[in-house]
Amino acid sequence: MKRFFAIVVLSLLLATFKVNIVSAQQPTPSDDEVNAIARQLYCPVCENTPLDVCPTAACHDWRELIRQMLAEGKTSDQIKQYFVDHYGARVLSEPPAVGFNWLIYIVPPLAFLAGVFLLFQAFRYWRRQRKEQPVVADSGSGQALDDTYMARLEEELRKRE
Amino acid sequence: MLAEFGFGMLLMAFFTGLFSIGAAVYGHFTKSIRWVESGRRALQLTFPLVSLAALSLIYELVTGHFELQYVYSVTSRAMPTYLKITALWGGQAGSLIFWSWLLSAFATAVTLRKWDRDREFLPWVVVVTAVTLSFFLSLSIFFENPFARWWQTLNGGLVMRMFAPAGGILFTPPDGQGLNELLRHPGMIFHPPMLYSGFVAFVIPYAFAMAALITGRVDDRWIRLTRRWALVAWLFLSVGLVLGMWWAYDVLGWGGYWGWDSSEVAALLPWLVATPFLHTIIIQEKRQMFKQLNMILIILTYVMVIVGTFLIRSGLLSSVHAFAQSTIGYQFIVFIIIMLLASIGLLIYRWKDLQSATPLTSTSLLSKEALFLLAALLFGGVFIVCFWGIFFPIISEVVTAQKITVGPEWYKQAVGPLFGTILLLMGIAPLSSWTYGTLKTIGRSGWKPAIPAFFVPLILFIVNVRNVFALIGFTLVAYVASVTVFEFWRGSAARSHSQHENIGRALWNLVARNRRRYGGYIIHIAMVMMALAIIGVEMFQTTTQQSLATGQSIQLSGYTIRYDALAQFPYNDGRMVTRAVVSVLKDGKNLGELYPRYDYYPDGQPMTIPAVRSTLAGDLYVVLVNWENNSVSQTPFKVYHNPLVIWLWIGSFVLIFGTLVAAWPEREPETAWESMKIMPVFSK
Repeated sequence: MKRFFAIVVLSLLLATFKVNIVSAQQPTPSDDEVNAIARQLYCPVCENTPLDVCPTAACHDWRELIRQMLAEGKTSDQIKQYFVDHYGARVLSEPPAVGFNWLIYIVPPLAFLAGVFLLFQAFRYWRRQRKEQPVVADSGSGQALDDTYMARLEEELRKRE
Repeated sequence: MLAEFGFGMLLMAFFTGLFSIGAAVYGHFTKSIRWVESGRRALQLTFPLVSLAALSLIYELVTGHFELQYVYSVTSRAMPTYLKITALWGGQAGSLIFWSWLLSAFATAVTLRKWDRDREFLPWVVVVTAVTLSFFLSLSIFFENPFARWWQTLNGGLVMRMFAPAGGILFTPPDGQGLNELLRHPGMIFHPPMLYSGFVAFVIPYAFAMAALITGRVDDRWIRLTRRWALVAWLFLSVGLVLGMWWAYDVLGWGGYWGWDSSEVAALLPWLVATPFLHTIIIQEKRQMFKQLNMILIILTYVMVIVGTFLIRSGLLSSVHAFAQSTIGYQFIVFIIIMLLASIGLLIYRWKDLQSATPLTSTSLLSKEALFLLAALLFGGVFIVCFWGIFFPIISEVVTAQKITVGPEWYKQAVGPLFGTILLLMGIAPLSSWTYGTLKTIGRSGWKPAIPAFFVPLILFIVNVRNVFALIGFTLVAYVASVTVFEFWRGSAARSHSQHENIGRALWNLVARNRRRYGGYIIHIAMVMMALAIIGVEMFQTTTQQSLATGQSIQLSGYTIRYDALAQFPYNDGRMVTRAVVSVLKDGKNLGELYPRYDYYPDGQPMTIPAVRSTLAGDLYVVLVNWENNSVSQTPFKVYHNPLVIWLWIGSFVLIFGTLVAAWPEREPETAWESMKIMPVFSK
């Protein structure tokens, strides 16, 4: 077991070595190119910290990993997928809209629409009430409190307020 | 000794709180004024008791009694005294004491007033505040005791207890752990007390609302009594939020002030329900409408205050596991459920009484009432988004056993259009009238202030702004600013004309006589300024990161940032400071030097302190990033250009001013004769 482990570690080391040689032949991706992808990822170990601004050493290494993968010609999606495969969906700043996580996208708009519906109902209720009680009880003169009158009252009140 | 004294004070305050609940309830049912009075005085007694407990803790903090676990965890010998005092709210147990202390202070303040006209409210205001206070005190006494100490037991182990275990002797660590360096910033020192004051002050309007529901006196009396409390609470809450933003911007070094982190959003939740509440209560006062809605909003505000405290204090935001280890998580959940059910029960019981008493005349879609209701709906939308954004990851972790992150993009997409529409309403509602409004009436009063707003997108388009959302945003900002300024002008012009005052005097009198309305408009202007900053940063922030050798420079948004020198030196508090000197140049002119820093603390905590050059047009924000493993010839800099961000801070000062204008005590109510004078239509 120990030996197997040693071989794995060694071959991994060799692999990175090889990668380094490959990347040395291409122009190194700039910090901005690395950050453009890191910004869309979240640090796998810290709470709620985007990878591009995380100050820890681990995140520094992950950014170097992104640089290396960019040098290998990997696309942004491939790199993000790599992080998801290794550290789970939490590294994505937005959860993928599949399965249970679909609810995060659907519940707020539904709740908001329910609110709009309630408001609409309230207005309809008021309008109905208005039709049922066209005469204002306290004015005594039927249509005295008509719209223009109310508007004028409002205007004067506003001026005097 | 002092620890026992402090703990004793807490116990006494707790039992006094319980007594005050019992006395007030008993007094209400036996119609005994003396018992109610006893309950009130007992509640007032909690203030000196909790004060003594808090002072004992502060004394232990300042004198470095590290045998107290709390003192050990938040202070160290090297910390300056002012930081040791503010460590009172630097950790869990201390913040809970601080919460209780604020609540006992506010409860005392509100019960000291004259109650002649509102006798029936008194027992229930006492009960609701005392119940809340007793809950928080019980947390401190039974679960998060700040006076718990380290004891060495016979078998050599260390235990944390209030009183000595059998054969245990007191253990005093030589030094404490100290406050996290990130929190040693004025923004972070004053952020918690501001936020907590806002949280706690909302307990008072809620207590009056509950008293109104219980007694059945559901007219607008409870609102008139507490609107100033609500305004001041809202001010504290807003200032607390802004201080948190300032801290993040000034200390964390990621170029922004708001990262939609769950703890930020948790603090925003009460604000999102309190803001529409402050608006809809105006309508209840003027038109006797929305009584049910106001009750719902104040209940939600109270519940969100407790939920916000719970989220931040229980560890639930970090993970479900941290929550499971929390000592106070379940107690909070039980308390929240009890208070919520009791409030909803009372609301249902009085639902019919809360229906609008006056027959509704014409209420059209563009009347003030309707627009306020629409604004409440939009705030409700933002609230739902934020609530779901916090709670869904927790639900998801429980259901799928996998953590997910809900990042800024999700929030921005969801709340951007909602906030945009709220902005639009801020430009329409001031123009509309009560009960009646059509496009025509609003157009008639609103076409003049709309003119400047039309030029804004035109000018921006000419100077090559092509971002559609930014164009819409800036147009809205210009429109609302113009409408609001126009309101001031129109009011003072009318006053100047009718009262023969010069325009300056007229403006002064206009605002002085209608503080609430014009204070509100000043707050609208503050919001417009903040919106300006948000649009600037969200849509036009530019950033670049490059490694430089001395003499080299970075170009960003027309600026040249030249790396001049680097120095490394130890500071007297033990940290190692790495400080770069960069020159900022624009169009060949040297605008001055900036000093971004990288501080490394002995405990391994790194801090990147940005250097910021602020102008009204934008900030240049320079950070020395990832300093480890780098050299003078390869120093990595990250530079942000944050357009207009300074308006966020200017806006917050305007907000404070506006709220103070609105909350300033009014003169005595007008006599009937005076109100007759101002209504000539009736005298015809």
